Amino acid sequence: MSNASKYKSTFLRGIIRENPVFVMLLGMCPTLGVTSSAFNGLGMGVATLFVLLMSNTVVSLVKSQIPAKVRIPAFIVIIAAFVTVVEMILEAYIPLLYEQLGIFIPLIVVNCLILGRAEAFASKHSVASSAVDALGMGLGFTMALTVLGGTREILGSGSLFGFPFVGEEANMLILFILPPGAFIALAYLAAVFNKLTRKIA
Amino acid sequence: MTAQKKDSTLINMVLALFIITGAAGLSLGYVNELTRGPKAAAKLARKVQAVETVLPEFDNQPVSEVVRVMAGEPGDSTEIYPAYLQGEFVGAAVTGASEKGYNGLIRLLVGFHADGSMENIAVLEQKETPGLGTKMKGERFLRQFRGKDPSEFELKAVKDGGDVDALTGATITTRAFSEAVQQACEAYRGYKESLPTEN
Repeated sequence: MSNASKYKSTFLRGIIRENPVFVMLLGMCPTLGVTSSAFNGLGMGVATLFVLLMSNTVVSLVKSQIPAKVRIPAFIVIIAAFVTVVEMILEAYIPLLYEQLGIFIPLIVVNCLILGRAEAFASKHSVASSAVDALGMGLGFTMALTVLGGTREILGSGSLFGFPFVGEEANMLILFILPPGAFIALAYLAAVFNKLTRKIA
Repeated sequence: MTAQKKDSTLINMVLALFIITGAAGLSLGYVNELTRGPKAAAKLARKVQAVETVLPEFDNQPVSEVVRVMAGEPGDSTEIYPAYLQGEFVGAAVTGASEKGYNGLIRLLVGFHADGSMENIAVLEQKETPGLGTKMKGERFLRQFRGKDPSEFELKAVKDGGDVDALTGATITTRAFSEAVQQACEAYRGYKESLPTEN
Protein backbone atom coordinates (compact mmCIF):
# COMPACT_ATOMS: atom_id res chain seq x y z
CA MET A 1 0.00 0.00 0.00
CA SER A 2 1.37 3.44 -0.82
CA ASN A 3 1.91 5.91 2.00
CA ALA A 4 -0.90 8.20 0.91
CA SER A 5 -3.55 5.52 0.74
CA LYS A 6 -2.33 4.10 4.07
CA TYR A 7 -2.82 7.51 5.71
CA LYS A 8 -6.20 7.87 4.05
CA SER A 9 -7.46 4.55 5.39
CA THR A 10 -6.05 5.34 8.87
CA PHE A 11 -7.84 8.69 8.78
CA LEU A 12 -11.18 7.35 7.55
CA ARG A 13 -11.18 4.44 9.94
CA GLY A 14 -11.73 6.78 12.92
CA ILE A 15 -14.59 8.57 11.21
CA ILE A 16 -16.54 5.62 9.83
CA ARG A 17 -15.51 2.02 10.35
CA GLU A 18 -14.29 2.46 13.93
CA ASN A 19 -16.16 5.63 14.86
CA PRO A 20 -15.37 6.00 18.59
CA VAL A 21 -18.93 6.89 19.61
CA PHE A 22 -21.30 5.11 17.25
CA VAL A 23 -19.28 1.95 16.60
CA MET A 24 -16.74 1.49 19.41
CA LEU A 25 -18.89 3.14 22.11
CA LEU A 26 -15.80 4.66 23.72
CA GLY A 27 -15.74 7.84 25.82
CA MET A 28 -19.36 7.52 26.91
CA CYS A 29 -19.02 9.84 29.91
CA PRO A 30 -18.62 13.11 27.95
CA THR A 31 -20.77 11.71 25.13
CA LEU A 32 -23.77 11.36 27.40
CA GLY A 33 -22.93 14.12 29.85
CA VAL A 34 -22.35 17.28 27.82
CA THR A 35 -24.34 16.80 24.63
CA SER A 36 -27.42 18.75 25.73
CA SER A 37 -26.73 21.21 22.89
CA ALA A 38 -24.87 21.19 19.57
CA PHE A 39 -22.50 23.91 20.82
CA ASN A 40 -21.51 21.88 23.89
CA GLY A 41 -21.01 18.73 21.82
CA LEU A 42 -18.84 20.58 19.31
CA GLY A 43 -16.81 22.25 22.08
CA MET A 44 -16.17 18.99 23.89
CA GLY A 45 -15.32 17.29 20.58
CA VAL A 46 -12.76 19.92 19.60
CA ALA A 47 -11.18 19.93 23.08
CA THR A 48 -10.87 16.13 22.93
CA LEU A 49 -9.53 16.27 19.37
CA PHE A 50 -6.78 18.67 20.48
CA VAL A 51 -5.78 16.53 23.47
CA LEU A 52 -5.84 13.37 21.36
CA LEU A 53 -3.70 14.89 18.62
CA MET A 54 -1.11 16.22 21.06
CA SER A 55 -0.97 13.07 23.20
CA ASN A 56 -0.74 10.71 20.23
CA THR A 57 2.07 12.79 18.74
CA VAL A 58 4.06 13.05 21.97
CA VAL A 59 3.53 9.40 22.94
CA SER A 60 4.73 8.36 19.51
CA LEU A 61 7.78 10.62 19.83
CA VAL A 62 8.88 9.25 23.20
CA LYS A 63 7.67 5.64 22.86
CA SER A 64 11.13 4.11 22.49
CA GLN A 65 12.43 5.92 25.59
CA ILE A 66 9.73 4.70 28.00
CA PRO A 67 10.26 1.40 29.88
CA ALA A 68 7.33 -0.94 29.19
CA LYS A 69 6.31 -1.33 32.84
CA VAL A 70 5.70 2.38 33.44
CA ARG A 71 4.23 3.22 30.05
CA ILE A 72 0.62 3.65 31.28
CA PRO A 73 1.48 6.16 34.05
CA ALA A 74 3.75 7.96 31.60
CA PHE A 75 0.95 8.21 29.00
CA ILE A 76 -1.53 9.42 31.60
CA VAL A 77 0.80 12.20 32.76
CA ILE A 78 1.23 13.34 29.16
CA ILE A 79 -2.55 13.29 28.59
CA ALA A 80 -3.32 15.05 31.89
CA ALA A 81 -0.82 17.81 31.07
CA PHE A 82 -2.53 18.56 27.75
CA VAL A 83 -5.98 18.45 29.33
CA THR A 84 -4.90 21.01 31.91
CA VAL A 85 -3.54 23.21 29.12
CA VAL A 86 -6.92 22.99 27.36
CA GLU A 87 -8.71 23.86 30.60
CA MET A 88 -6.58 26.96 31.18
CA ILE A 89 -6.98 28.13 27.58
CA LEU A 90 -10.76 27.68 27.65
CA GLU A 91 -11.07 29.57 30.93
CA ALA A 92 -9.01 32.45 29.55
CA TYR A 93 -10.41 32.74 26.02
CA ILE A 94 -13.79 30.93 25.81
CA PRO A 95 -15.21 31.38 29.35
CA LEU A 96 -18.73 30.60 28.15
CA LEU A 97 -17.76 27.12 26.97
CA TYR A 98 -15.56 26.63 30.05
CA GLU A 99 -18.59 27.22 32.25
CA GLN A 100 -20.91 25.02 30.19
CA LEU A 101 -18.56 22.02 30.11
CA GLY A 102 -17.57 22.41 33.77
CA ILE A 103 -16.30 19.21 35.39
CA PHE A 104 -16.25 17.42 32.03
CA ILE A 105 -13.10 19.26 30.95
CA PRO A 106 -10.79 17.70 33.61
CA LEU A 107 -12.59 14.41 32.97
CA ILE A 108 -11.16 14.33 29.42
CA VAL A 109 -8.12 12.76 31.14
CA VAL A 110 -10.07 9.57 31.81
CA ASN A 111 -11.72 9.41 28.38
CA CYS A 112 -10.72 5.88 27.41
CA LEU A 113 -10.60 6.89 23.75
CA ILE A 114 -7.44 8.93 24.40
CA LEU A 115 -5.51 6.41 26.49
CA GLY A 116 -6.78 3.68 24.14
CA ARG A 117 -5.28 5.36 21.08
CA ALA A 118 -2.01 6.04 22.93
CA GLU A 119 -1.67 2.41 24.00
CA ALA A 120 -3.11 0.66 20.94
CA PHE A 121 -1.81 2.90 18.18
CA ALA A 122 0.64 5.69 19.01
CA SER A 123 2.98 3.46 21.04
CA LYS A 124 3.44 1.20 18.01
CA HIS A 125 3.37 3.54 15.01
CA SER A 126 5.31 6.45 13.54
CA VAL A 127 4.63 10.06 14.56
CA ALA A 128 2.93 10.89 11.25
CA SER A 129 0.58 7.87 11.32
CA SER A 130 -0.24 8.57 14.97
CA ALA A 131 -1.16 12.16 14.20
CA VAL A 132 -3.36 11.05 11.27
CA ASP A 133 -4.99 8.42 13.49
CA ALA A 134 -5.68 11.08 16.15
CA LEU A 135 -7.20 13.44 13.56
CA GLY A 136 -9.49 10.70 12.24
CA MET A 137 -10.60 9.48 15.66
CA GLY A 138 -10.92 13.04 17.00
CA LEU A 139 -13.01 14.19 14.05
CA GLY A 140 -15.17 11.08 14.30
CA PHE A 141 -15.72 11.84 17.98
CA THR A 142 -16.42 15.54 17.32
CA MET A 143 -18.93 14.84 14.55
CA ALA A 144 -20.73 12.24 16.64
CA LEU A 145 -20.99 14.58 19.64
CA THR A 146 -22.16 17.49 17.52
CA VAL A 147 -24.83 15.38 15.81
CA LEU A 148 -25.96 13.95 19.14
CA GLY A 149 -26.00 17.41 20.76
CA GLY A 150 -27.82 18.88 17.77
CA THR A 151 -30.47 16.16 17.83
CA ARG A 152 -31.08 16.60 21.55
CA GLU A 153 -31.16 20.40 21.23
CA ILE A 154 -33.65 20.32 18.34
CA LEU A 155 -35.99 17.91 20.13
CA GLY A 156 -35.53 19.23 23.65
CA SER A 157 -35.04 22.99 23.32
CA GLY A 158 -36.40 23.72 19.85
CA SER A 159 -33.19 25.40 18.75
CA LEU A 160 -29.90 24.59 17.02
CA PHE A 161 -26.56 26.15 18.03
CA GLY A 162 -28.59 28.46 20.27
CA PHE A 163 -30.80 29.79 17.45
CA PRO A 164 -34.41 29.06 18.38
CA PHE A 165 -36.98 28.12 15.75
CA VAL A 166 -39.93 27.92 18.11
CA GLY A 167 -41.30 30.60 20.43
CA GLU A 168 -40.35 30.86 24.08
CA GLU A 169 -43.80 29.68 25.09
CA ALA A 170 -43.49 26.35 23.26
CA ASN A 171 -43.13 23.20 25.29
CA MET A 172 -40.54 20.92 23.74
CA LEU A 173 -39.64 17.34 24.67
CA ILE A 174 -37.62 18.20 27.76
CA LEU A 175 -36.81 14.50 28.16
CA PHE A 176 -34.19 14.89 25.44
CA ILE A 177 -32.06 17.40 27.32
CA LEU A 178 -32.28 15.38 30.52
CA PRO A 179 -29.91 12.41 31.06
CA PRO A 180 -32.33 9.65 29.91
CA GLY A 181 -32.75 11.49 26.60
CA ALA A 182 -29.00 11.17 26.03
CA PHE A 183 -29.22 7.38 26.14
CA ILE A 184 -32.30 7.27 23.93
CA ALA A 185 -30.89 9.63 21.30
CA LEU A 186 -27.51 7.86 21.31
CA ALA A 187 -29.09 4.46 20.77
CA TYR A 188 -31.19 5.59 17.80
CA LEU A 189 -28.33 7.52 16.21
CA ALA A 190 -25.96 4.56 16.62
CA ALA A 191 -28.51 2.26 15.00
CA VAL A 192 -28.99 4.61 12.04
CA PHE A 193 -25.23 5.16 11.68
CA ASN A 194 -24.49 1.43 11.61
CA LYS A 195 -27.30 0.74 9.17
CA LEU A 196 -26.01 3.41 6.78
CA THR A 197 -22.31 2.49 7.02
CA ARG A 198 -23.04 -1.19 6.56
CA LYS A 199 -24.91 -0.40 3.38
CA ILE A 200 -21.92 1.56 2.03
CA ALA A 201 -19.53 -1.26 2.95
CA MET B 1 7.97 -0.56 12.58
CA THR B 2 7.68 -1.57 16.21
CA ALA B 3 10.40 0.15 18.17
CA GLN B 4 12.65 -1.84 20.45
CA LYS B 5 11.04 -1.67 23.93
CA LYS B 6 13.33 -0.62 26.70
CA ASP B 7 13.98 -3.01 29.56
CA SER B 8 12.31 -1.96 32.78
CA THR B 9 15.00 -1.46 35.37
CA LEU B 10 14.33 0.49 38.54
CA ILE B 11 16.71 3.25 37.49
CA ASN B 12 15.28 3.84 34.03
CA MET B 13 11.65 3.61 35.23
CA VAL B 14 12.27 6.23 37.91
CA LEU B 15 14.22 8.36 35.50
CA ALA B 16 11.57 8.17 32.75
CA LEU B 17 8.73 9.16 35.08
CA PHE B 18 10.86 11.86 36.70
CA ILE B 19 11.62 13.46 33.35
CA ILE B 20 8.03 13.23 32.08
CA THR B 21 6.42 14.67 35.21
CA GLY B 22 9.11 17.37 35.36
CA ALA B 23 8.53 18.38 31.75
CA ALA B 24 4.74 18.35 32.26
CA GLY B 25 5.03 20.48 35.40
CA LEU B 26 7.29 23.04 33.76
CA SER B 27 5.09 23.42 30.68
CA LEU B 28 1.93 23.75 32.81
CA GLY B 29 3.60 26.46 34.87
CA TYR B 30 4.50 28.27 31.68
CA VAL B 31 0.96 28.07 30.22
CA ASN B 32 -0.50 29.15 33.56
CA GLU B 33 1.75 32.22 33.51
CA LEU B 34 0.62 32.97 29.93
CA THR B 35 -3.10 32.66 30.64
CA ARG B 36 -3.21 34.38 34.03
CA GLY B 37 -3.83 37.84 32.58
CA PRO B 38 -6.50 36.80 30.03
CA LYS B 39 -8.28 34.70 32.70
CA ALA B 40 -8.63 37.66 35.05
CA ALA B 41 -9.65 39.89 32.14
CA ALA B 42 -12.35 37.42 31.04
CA LYS B 43 -13.75 37.27 34.57
CA LEU B 44 -13.83 41.05 34.86
CA ALA B 45 -15.43 41.43 31.42
CA ARG B 46 -18.26 39.11 32.42
CA LYS B 47 -18.84 41.10 35.60
CA VAL B 48 -18.85 44.42 33.76
CA GLN B 49 -21.27 43.02 31.19
CA ALA B 50 -23.66 41.69 33.85
CA VAL B 51 -23.59 45.04 35.67
CA GLU B 52 -24.34 46.88 32.42
CA THR B 53 -27.37 44.75 31.61
CA VAL B 54 -29.08 45.32 34.95
CA LEU B 55 -28.39 49.00 35.65
CA PRO B 56 -30.06 52.15 34.33
CA GLU B 57 -27.79 54.47 32.34
CA PHE B 58 -24.61 55.48 34.18
CA ASP B 59 -21.24 57.05 33.46
CA ASN B 60 -18.99 55.88 36.30
CA GLN B 61 -17.14 52.57 36.82
CA PRO B 62 -19.43 50.58 39.17
CA VAL B 63 -17.19 47.52 39.11
CA SER B 64 -14.21 49.38 40.53
CA GLU B 65 -16.37 51.15 43.14
CA VAL B 66 -17.80 47.92 44.53
CA VAL B 67 -18.90 47.86 48.18
CA ARG B 68 -18.86 44.52 49.98
CA VAL B 69 -21.31 43.78 52.78
CA MET B 70 -21.11 40.63 54.87
CA ALA B 71 -24.51 39.01 54.62
CA GLY B 72 -24.04 35.89 56.74
CA GLU B 73 -26.22 34.23 54.10
CA PRO B 74 -25.41 31.67 51.40
CA GLY B 75 -22.48 32.45 49.20
CA ASP B 76 -19.88 34.99 50.12
CA SER B 77 -20.39 38.63 50.91
CA THR B 78 -23.01 40.66 49.07
CA GLU B 79 -21.50 42.93 46.45
CA ILE B 80 -23.00 46.32 45.70
CA TYR B 81 -22.05 48.20 42.52
CA PRO B 82 -23.21 51.83 42.77
CA ALA B 83 -24.07 53.70 39.56
CA TYR B 84 -23.79 57.46 39.04
CA LEU B 85 -24.84 59.64 36.13
CA GLN B 86 -23.20 63.08 36.07
CA GLY B 87 -22.31 62.72 39.74
CA GLU B 88 -25.85 61.87 40.79
CA PHE B 89 -26.71 58.50 42.36
CA VAL B 90 -29.01 56.63 39.93
CA GLY B 91 -29.10 53.14 41.42
CA ALA B 92 -27.01 50.10 42.15
CA ALA B 93 -26.51 46.49 41.09
CA VAL B 94 -26.62 44.11 44.05
CA THR B 95 -25.80 40.40 44.23
CA GLY B 96 -28.22 38.02 45.89
CA ALA B 97 -27.92 34.27 46.43
CA SER B 98 -29.99 31.32 47.55
CA GLU B 99 -29.00 27.71 48.19
CA LYS B 100 -32.54 26.44 47.81
CA GLY B 101 -32.33 25.88 44.06
CA TYR B 102 -33.08 22.43 42.69
CA ASN B 103 -29.34 21.73 42.50
CA GLY B 104 -28.10 24.21 45.09
CA LEU B 105 -26.70 27.67 44.69
CA ILE B 106 -28.33 30.33 42.54
CA ARG B 107 -26.60 33.71 42.32
CA LEU B 108 -28.23 36.76 40.81
CA LEU B 109 -27.37 40.35 40.12
CA VAL B 110 -30.31 42.68 40.69
CA GLY B 111 -30.24 46.24 39.36
CA PHE B 112 -32.14 48.93 41.30
CA HIS B 113 -33.14 52.49 40.49
CA ALA B 114 -32.47 55.15 43.10
CA ASP B 115 -36.20 55.04 44.03
CA GLY B 116 -35.90 51.34 44.94
CA SER B 117 -37.66 49.82 41.92
CA MET B 118 -35.95 47.07 39.96
CA GLU B 119 -34.45 47.73 36.53
CA ASN B 120 -33.38 44.22 35.49
CA ILE B 121 -32.01 40.93 36.85
CA ALA B 122 -29.12 38.83 35.54
CA VAL B 123 -28.39 35.24 36.55
CA LEU B 124 -24.72 34.89 37.51
CA GLU B 125 -24.60 31.24 38.56
CA GLN B 126 -27.08 28.38 38.50
CA LYS B 127 -27.24 24.60 38.20
CA GLU B 128 -30.98 24.19 37.59
CA THR B 129 -32.54 21.54 35.37
CA PRO B 130 -32.04 22.44 31.69
CA GLY B 131 -35.36 23.29 30.06
CA LEU B 132 -37.20 23.74 33.37
CA GLY B 133 -35.39 25.79 36.01
CA THR B 134 -33.07 27.38 33.47
CA LYS B 135 -36.06 29.23 32.02
CA MET B 136 -35.54 31.73 34.85
CA LYS B 137 -33.03 33.31 32.48
CA GLY B 138 -35.81 33.81 29.94
CA GLU B 139 -37.50 37.08 29.14
CA ARG B 140 -40.93 35.66 29.94
CA PHE B 141 -40.01 35.10 33.60
CA LEU B 142 -37.76 38.11 34.13
CA ARG B 143 -40.06 40.78 32.71
CA GLN B 144 -42.47 40.48 35.66
CA PHE B 145 -39.80 42.02 37.93
CA ARG B 146 -38.97 45.05 35.78
CA GLY B 147 -40.04 48.36 37.21
CA LYS B 148 -41.50 46.72 40.31
CA ASP B 149 -40.82 48.17 43.72
CA PRO B 150 -40.09 45.34 46.19
CA SER B 151 -41.93 47.22 48.94
CA GLU B 152 -45.17 46.76 46.96
CA PHE B 153 -44.28 43.58 45.07
CA GLU B 154 -44.27 40.57 47.41
CA LEU B 155 -41.19 38.49 46.49
CA LYS B 156 -42.80 35.11 46.92
CA ALA B 157 -44.37 32.65 44.50
CA VAL B 158 -48.11 33.16 43.90
CA LYS B 159 -48.63 29.74 45.48
CA ASP B 160 -47.03 31.07 48.70
CA GLY B 161 -49.18 34.20 48.75
CA GLY B 162 -46.76 36.45 46.86
CA ASP B 163 -46.71 38.15 43.45
CA VAL B 164 -44.15 36.11 41.51
CA ASP B 165 -45.55 33.97 38.69
CA ALA B 166 -43.88 30.58 39.00
CA LEU B 167 -41.91 28.87 36.23
CA THR B 168 -43.27 25.40 36.91
CA GLY B 169 -45.80 23.79 39.20
CA ALA B 170 -43.09 22.71 41.64
CA THR B 171 -41.91 26.33 42.18
CA ILE B 172 -38.55 25.20 43.58
CA THR B 173 -36.49 27.43 41.30
CA THR B 174 -39.02 30.24 41.63
CA ARG B 175 -38.80 30.15 45.44
CA ALA B 176 -35.01 30.17 45.41
CA PHE B 177 -35.00 32.96 42.82
CA SER B 178 -37.41 35.06 44.88
CA GLU B 179 -35.33 34.49 48.00
CA ALA B 180 -32.18 35.64 46.21
CA VAL B 181 -33.94 38.78 44.91
CA GLN B 182 -35.28 39.43 48.43
CA GLN B 183 -31.76 39.20 49.83
CA ALA B 184 -30.51 41.70 47.25
CA CYS B 185 -33.39 44.06 48.11
CA GLU B 186 -32.57 44.00 51.79
CA ALA B 187 -28.90 44.63 51.09
CA TYR B 188 -29.85 47.53 48.81
CA ARG B 189 -32.12 49.09 51.44
CA GLY B 190 -29.36 48.83 54.04
CA TYR B 191 -26.92 50.36 51.58
CA LYS B 192 -29.20 53.26 50.68
CA GLU B 193 -29.69 54.17 54.33
CA SER B 194 -25.92 54.34 54.71
CA LEU B 195 -25.64 56.84 51.83
CA PRO B 196 -25.32 60.52 52.74
CA THR B 197 -28.80 61.98 52.09
CA GLU B 198 -28.81 64.62 49.39
CA ASN B 199 -31.22 67.48 48.65
